[in-house]
Amino acid sequence: MAEEILQVQGLTKHFPLTQGVLFQRQVGQVKAVDGVSFELRKGETLGLVGESGCGKSTLAKLLMGMERPTSGTVRFEGRDVFGLSRGELRRLRRRMQMVMQDPYTSLNPRMTVGDIVGEPFAVHGDPEGGRRTRVRELLEIVGLDPEHVNRYPHQFSGGQRQRIGIARALALRPDVIICDEPVSALDVSVQAQVMNLLADLQREFGLSYVFIAHDLAVVRHISDRVAVMYLGKIVEVGDEEQIYDHPTHPYTQALLSAVPVPDPARKGAEIVLEGDVPSPANPPSGCRFRTRCWKAEDICATDEPALEPRPGATAGDDAGSPHLSACHFATEKIVRG
Amino acid sequence: MSETTEVAATAQTGAVVSGASASLWSDAWRELCRRVTFWVAVVILFFMGLLAALPSLFTNLGPNGHCDVRQAKQRPASWNPFAAGEHPFGTDSHGCDYWAQMVHGTRAPIVVGFLVTGIALTLAIVLGSLSGYYGRLLDAFLSRVTDIFFGLPLLLGAVVILTAFPSHGMFTESFVLGLLWWPTMTRLMRGQVLSVRDADYVQAARMLGARDLRIMVRHILPNAIAPVFVYAMLNVGVVIGYEATLDYLGVGLQYPTVSWGLQLSQAQEIFTDYPYLLVYPGVFLTATVLSFLLLGDAVRDALDPRLR
Amino acid sequence: MSAPLLEVDDLHIEFRTRGSTVSAVNGLSYTLDEGETLAILGESGSGKSVSAQAVMGILDSPPAHVTKGAVRFRGTDLLGLPEKRRRAYRGARIAMIFQDALSALNPVHRVGDQIAEMLIVHRKMSRGDARKSAVELMDRVRIPSAASRAGDFPHQFSGGMRQRVMIAMALALEPDVLIADEPTTALDVTVQAQIMKLLSELQDEMAMGLILITHDLGVVADVADRIALMYAGRVVEEAGVRDLYARPAHPYAEGLLASVPRIDVRGRALTPIKGAPPNLAAIPAGCPFHPRCPRARDRCSTEVPELRVVSAGADPGAAPAVAGGSAHRSACHYAEEVAGG
Ligand SMILES: Nc1ncnc2c1ncn2[C@@H]1O[C@H](COP(=O)(O)OP(=O)(O)OP(=O)(O)O)[C@@H](O)[C@H]1O
Ligand SMILES: Nc1ncnc2c1ncn2[C@@H]1O[C@H](COP(=O)(O)OP(=O)(O)O)[C@@H](O)[C@H]1O
Ligand code: SF4
Ligand code: SF4
Ligand SMILES: [Mg+2]
Ligand SMILES: [Mg+2]
Repeated sequence: MAEEILQVQGLTKHFPLTQGVLFQRQVGQVKAVDGVSFELRKGETLGLVGESGCGKSTLAKLLMGMERPTSGTVRFEGRDVFGLSRGELRRLRRRMQMVMQDPYTSLNPRMTVGDIVGEPFAVHGDPEGGRRTRVRELLEIVGLDPEHVNRYPHQFSGGQRQRIGIARALALRPDVIICDEPVSALDVSVQAQVMNLLADLQREFGLSYVFIAHDLAVVRHISDRVAVMYLGKIVEVGDEEQIYDHPTHPYTQALLSAVPVPDPARKGAEIVLEGDVPSPANPPSGCRFRTRCWKAEDICATDEPALEPRPGATAGDDAGSPHLSACHFATEKIVRG
Repeated sequence: MSETTEVAATAQTGAVVSGASASLWSDAWRELCRRVTFWVAVVILFFMGLLAALPSLFTNLGPNGHCDVRQAKQRPASWNPFAAGEHPFGTDSHGCDYWAQMVHGTRAPIVVGFLVTGIALTLAIVLGSLSGYYGRLLDAFLSRVTDIFFGLPLLLGAVVILTAFPSHGMFTESFVLGLLWWPTMTRLMRGQVLSVRDADYVQAARMLGARDLRIMVRHILPNAIAPVFVYAMLNVGVVIGYEATLDYLGVGLQYPTVSWGLQLSQAQEIFTDYPYLLVYPGVFLTATVLSFLLLGDAVRDALDPRLR
Repeated sequence: MSAPLLEVDDLHIEFRTRGSTVSAVNGLSYTLDEGETLAILGESGSGKSVSAQAVMGILDSPPAHVTKGAVRFRGTDLLGLPEKRRRAYRGARIAMIFQDALSALNPVHRVGDQIAEMLIVHRKMSRGDARKSAVELMDRVRIPSAASRAGDFPHQFSGGMRQRVMIAMALALEPDVLIADEPTTALDVTVQAQIMKLLSELQDEMAMGLILITHDLGVVADVADRIALMYAGRVVEEAGVRDLYARPAHPYAEGLLASVPRIDVRGRALTPIKGAPPNLAAIPAGCPFHPRCPRARDRCSTEVPELRVVSAGADPGAAPAVAGGSAHRSACHYAEEVAGG
């Protein structure tokens, strides 16, 4: 069984909702991430899907140590990230990096590409062989012309900018890269370029990815394992085949069925969910999906289903990829009520 | 590695999107050059700057030099200064050559304008950045202090303080005005820093482990400062107006300093009979203030791509 | 044979800004028949929204200039009409919904009143009747408890509900043509599925012509009868929906299909299209796709390929009333070769 590089246990982030300007009163809290646990193995890609506002970006920031959790732990090679001193955290940065969603806002418009890609070295010290050489090397690795070091971000297209962001993330030779929707802002014809680049880099440098996206097809394409999030919780996790071909949680089933397929021969969405995602400030009791679930019964409103192996789920391979589902009535078969 | 190089080849054919613009600043510069108002302002300010820096180029009289009360209130021989004789602008109520006084009167307002703006700008950049970047207590404190200053009428404040220190020169006056002036600019700076602070690229730098100083200097300031600079430029003109007002009211600079405001003040009793005493300093003052405003406007428009 | 419901003919639109001219639309042509769904597919910047705005007559001019072409509604050229007569078409005959429903709604007016306003202005209804119709319309776009929600403000609605309100407003005057410009791009997939279902049901009920603008190859496959694929401001391929997916006849279409991951297929290698979309201030000579085209030959960089019929189209299910309407067209010199595989 592959070594686990990142272990996340019961990670929770509640943002206080406050009112008043001078004397701030807490009037509630947004449960952006609520008890999320998973692990990331060396060299694998864990896909994280969910609708907007379900807590994906917050989770990414927590993993990067950019936000302090309300509770829970993130262990990097066994060491608790939130227990680290400032200096240790800085050193950890070398091992864990992030690629952001929006290539237009994630690069400082007043810095040259060379300075942007070279910034990690300005922070952590120059690499062997000198900064300039390494920056040119990095640009080449991500498929950009090293002659362009002196250009500014706005002189590049979206896809090229995303490559610059990837070069910056690669600079310190990290082991883990968190990708928060790295292709969502790109043109359709350019998305595949960046996805292929990420896959090539993974093979070449043995990277582990947490790959966040709302596009289920993109996630399927790139992930080994997939976790599905709904309102701050993981509702189902398993390997790519388990999730996409044998989903057991009604939400996963509905989500998959809602994805339009570029093939007119296939029928459109079989399950169309009613209503919207409830507010994370006031999530439903029991199972959070119950307000939109066609299988909901009384127990769903009172007992919160745990994320655990379910009888209805396919048994995972013994290599340790359990298929977990947080539904009292998890079955592979879709039953419309 | 072969696959990566293939990707490289692919991306290169995509080439750099040949944006017509090289950078925001060079774009802005090109836009500026095209504006007539910009050039008018530049020419006027260049002339005023020359008067202030090298008065001896324009007159061989010193400030208040060779005044002869017997020659007081001589009207200029002609409205065309080049055709007029010994005193092209006439003489003032003390018999000083009005042109020489005008020339020497340029330095004070311009120096005060720049000094006050400089003091306020420095304070604004430091305090605004700290308050915007660190937020919380410091921010709350500074915000209240700026609120208090906002509630205080600026001119009144200046009059009160300057009256308390009657014998002050250009520098004291600048200092006092500068202290009263910083809140507006600080608030602007703080807003700018706030808007840049949470930008993705700042987050990215933080995720690299960059320290606060680096984030501030490399990422936040360069992106936050442009509008503050533009505001400062507009501001120089406004300060010059204020300085003249204080001089005119008699609480600003005092004789023997020469300034346009003092000249106006001298003329206030008699200008109905000798309008040129009001017109010359008035025109110089207005031209200078207006030029700074026009310049600031032009730069702001040039920097704002939405207005193009 | 009568004129088609809507016909866009050789439309050219430029944006003239300081120092540069952006050619956003360069000879766009398509037709739409009654009850038909035409999908306009293209990447961002391909001119989808600009051409739709021209059809609606809501282009800001300047900077936009229609330099050539016609937009005919049942044979009447709308571009030639004076603004006063044009207004009679806008909203009443041709209506449009936008991607960003929040900014398209007025934040300070109640949702029900905004819908009612349309009816009061165009239909000269009394306020009471208009309010009643507004609630009916909200019901029709399946807004739960419409009567009580009509008094809410736009920010009290979720993204999906706002888009429903937009649709209700667009349908208020029972238009003959509905243009939906990326109606679901800002929405989540589960909500997207709701809206697409709603749109196609409403289209059936009201027999409108529907122009669905999108960049998502998936969304189009489900609901469209015909697809017009745009690149650099022109249609490069047009076909019945099955035809286009099964036998793309333009290398760009071929490339797009090979570069999007599919949720129903495992481990398929993606073949990206190289390079980036063209700079519209300097569109490549010849075939605009040639710098990115794997099949490009010498001829492609000099000779502009015309949009021409490649085959009659083998998609009887989607055949519209007009003969030749479902023909498979492509703007590639080597279309037959591409379609042949
Ligand atoms: N600083 C904050 N203060 C209060 N609430 C927040 C804050 N950051 C995020 N939230 C809330 O937490 C929830 C999860 O946000 P998050 O950004 O993680 O969503 P996401 O899954 O990344 O969505 P998207 O797909 O739109 O990027 C949302 O309801 C959001 O409004
Ligand atoms: N107001 C405008 N000024 C200048 N250029 C514009 C304006 N609106 C759109 N364009 C340009 O026209 C082209 C087509 O835009 P659009 O139709 O919005 O694309 P899309 O296919 O994504 O809807 C783009 O290059 C865009 O930059
Ligand atoms: S636990 Fe109940 S409500 Fe939740 S998904 Fe399962 S059936 Fe639906
Ligand atoms: S005309 Fe030439 S360049 Fe254009 S699509 Fe066809 S083969 Fe490619
Ligand atoms: Mg997010
Ligand atoms: Mg658009």
